[in-house]
Amino acid sequence: MVPLSWYLILSAALFSVGLFGVLSRRNAVAILLGIELMLNSVNINLVAFWRYGNVMHMAGQVFAIIVFAVAAAEVSVGLALVISVYRRRNTVIADEIDLMKW
Amino acid sequence: MTTETLIWLIPLPPVLAFFLIVLFTNKSKALIHTVAVGAALLSWLGSIIVFVRALGVEHLGEHPFESSINWLPTGDTWLKVGVLVDPLTAAVLFFVAWTVLMIFLYSVGYHNFGQPAGDHDHAGLPPHGATVEEHGHKHVVPSIEPMYSRFFAFIGLFAFGMFTLVVSDNLLTLFVGWEIMGLCSYLLIGFWYGKPSARNAAVKAFMTTRVGDVFMLLGIAYLYSATGTLSFREIFTEEILHTLATVPSGVLGLSAAGLIGLLLFIGTVGKSAQFPLHVWLPDAMEGPTPVSAMIHAATMVSAGVYMVIRMFPIISLDEKTMAIVAFVGAFTALFAATIAVAQNDIKRVLAYSTISQLGFMIAALGIGAYVAAVFHLITHAFFKALLFLGSGSVIHGMEHGVLHTGNHKVDPQDMFNMGGLRKKMPITFWTFLIGGFALSGFPIITAGFWSKDEILADAFGHDHIFIFATLAIAAFMTAFYTMRQITLTFLGEPRTKEAEHAQETPWTMTTPLVILSFFAMTYGWVGIPEDFMGLHLRPSWFHEFVGSTLAEHPEALAFNWIPLLTSLVVALGGLFVGWLVYRNINSPSEDKLQIGFLKNKYYFDEIYDYIFVKPAIWFSEVLVSQWMDKGFIDVILHIFGPATQGLGAFIRNKFDLPVINRFFGDGSADVTYWFGGKLRAVQTGRIQQYLMFALVIFIAVGAALYFFLLA
Repeated sequence: MVPLSWYLILSAALFSVGLFGVLSRRNAVAILLGIELMLNSVNINLVAFWRYGNVMHMAGQVFAIIVFAVAAAEVSVGLALVISVYRRRNTVIADEIDLMKW
Repeated sequence: MTTETLIWLIPLPPVLAFFLIVLFTNKSKALIHTVAVGAALLSWLGSIIVFVRALGVEHLGEHPFESSINWLPTGDTWLKVGVLVDPLTAAVLFFVAWTVLMIFLYSVGYHNFGQPAGDHDHAGLPPHGATVEEHGHKHVVPSIEPMYSRFFAFIGLFAFGMFTLVVSDNLLTLFVGWEIMGLCSYLLIGFWYGKPSARNAAVKAFMTTRVGDVFMLLGIAYLYSATGTLSFREIFTEEILHTLATVPSGVLGLSAAGLIGLLLFIGTVGKSAQFPLHVWLPDAMEGPTPVSAMIHAATMVSAGVYMVIRMFPIISLDEKTMAIVAFVGAFTALFAATIAVAQNDIKRVLAYSTISQLGFMIAALGIGAYVAAVFHLITHAFFKALLFLGSGSVIHGMEHGVLHTGNHKVDPQDMFNMGGLRKKMPITFWTFLIGGFALSGFPIITAGFWSKDEILADAFGHDHIFIFATLAIAAFMTAFYTMRQITLTFLGEPRTKEAEHAQETPWTMTTPLVILSFFAMTYGWVGIPEDFMGLHLRPSWFHEFVGSTLAEHPEALAFNWIPLLTSLVVALGGLFVGWLVYRNINSPSEDKLQIGFLKNKYYFDEIYDYIFVKPAIWFSEVLVSQWMDKGFIDVILHIFGPATQGLGAFIRNKFDLPVINRFFGDGSADVTYWFGGKLRAVQTGRIQQYLMFALVIFIAVGAALYFFLLA
């Protein structure tokens, strides 16, 4: 069995890729995709710790399922917002959606 | 109902009437006097029932009706409020109830109930009459009093004060009733407050009686501190009286009892208008006549005498106090009588005769003639109420004449404007005659004779020859000025057109006169001495009954011809001389007794004006107002004001404005504004920038935590 650290390295790498995507992509849909990557990297972490820890404690698995549910809900709301913004302003570039600036 | 409960209830109807009239029924005139007279009737009924029950009790003096409840806690003891009916109270209650009821009834007619409202009447002024058209021609009739409801409310309260005072079993509630009457007399003397003279008279009466009341309150306080109680029955026990009589007070060599008695007596001097505080009473004639009757017969002045009679066991402990009381009484009796002979106002004559008769009672008390004082108090209340109501009836009749002729310059109270009224006002004449004869002491058939004779007999029998002589002269003058009054008012021929058109007054006024004249004649017969003129009659009921109030029953005096003959001579002689002198006199200029000295009441008003009123005005206007207030306090204030203002301006300019406002207030606002201006550039609205900030801060915080906490 591969050691725990491999999973953690994979998870950290995935999280960094997601974070980079979130910070660097201009398209709002791509930012959402980055967020999904970050959430899933967390899930890998959770499941790995559950598997290498006390298997009888289900908290890691349960937490991962909750994160799935939250991620699905979040991305549906996020996409709906993006579509709504696109209809009004005809753009999905995050930098151009700056109504809240000073 | 038990007698005690009934006694508690006696004073209540008039005060309920007061509140009813003030709060609810002041619109309907008929309702007002129904409530007021009804209340007086209830109190009368209660009083008479109590009186009759008191007659049926053996040894009422030792076992009176009494009942009390705790009122104010004072440390370990209580100030109590309670009622007491012993023989003295019962006798006093009897006359108070009768006179109050009669006066209430009389007031209905006196204030012209049933007459139209006046043409130009104002509240605060006596009614001036109303013009009515009848059978095609106009004539003026009396108009109804504009402040009808106020009058009945006030006399209701007045009656409450008197009943409270009479039935109370301690000095404290007695004093409460006393002061209620003081207030009401002020309100009622100044009833026609539109007249300056009435206003002044009200203030004068209030201030003068206040002088007495202060001393009385001191006496009450001293008595309370010396004995720890104010209840009559608790004070009049042998041991307490003995202590009071033996403890020296340290003032004027009087014993504690002597000083307390003297202080309480000064209260009476104010209330009962004895010399030197007599000046308010004649001026009190400014009030409506029922008020004069109320004050001078049924209530206020009687209350003063009642109080000293009540406190007789204490006062009689010290001979010096007794001597002072006797002297003041006798002197007042003579002094007031001499003034009365020179007065022309029908009510003023009666006012001075009241002062004089009260002097008789006080003098009787001062020589220890307890029963005689009570006796004269009661007979005097009846015949003086009668005389005042009679004089009110005369004035009313004269006012009718004045309205008829329309000549308002004629004073309807001046006796020289009257004459011959016996034919115009027969009921008033006969009742007034009875009252006047009772006042003069007309033998056998009038009450005044028996009571005055008893005082003279007591003075003679107890070897107070000086007092006896003084009172005998005063009695002579009493008869003289009474006959002068009757002659000038009723006998002879009318001296003015107004007197010719005088008219008899309505039944509400004449009925009380008739009832009171019944008592003015018959009440004396309850006190006929046992061995009068050497006859062997039944023992004097009055002497037995009232005398039993005291622990030591006073002995009935042996009969002596000298005082009887004296009283016969002065009464009949005075009446005869009065008639002889005044039957042919028609104007003040023919009257030999219009001496300035007497007419101006020995200039007492002027003297008091100089000694007390002027200095008081000077004190308030010059000393206090000009020197102290304007010259001293105002100057200080004028220094303080600008100084404080200057200090305030300095602080404002040097501290508030620059430091607080500019630096802290505006400064902090400016700094915040500047920072805000700089910092708002951060708010770009670009989501990824925010995330970047968050990430940088997160890493920085994480690094810091790691560096400081973990490493």
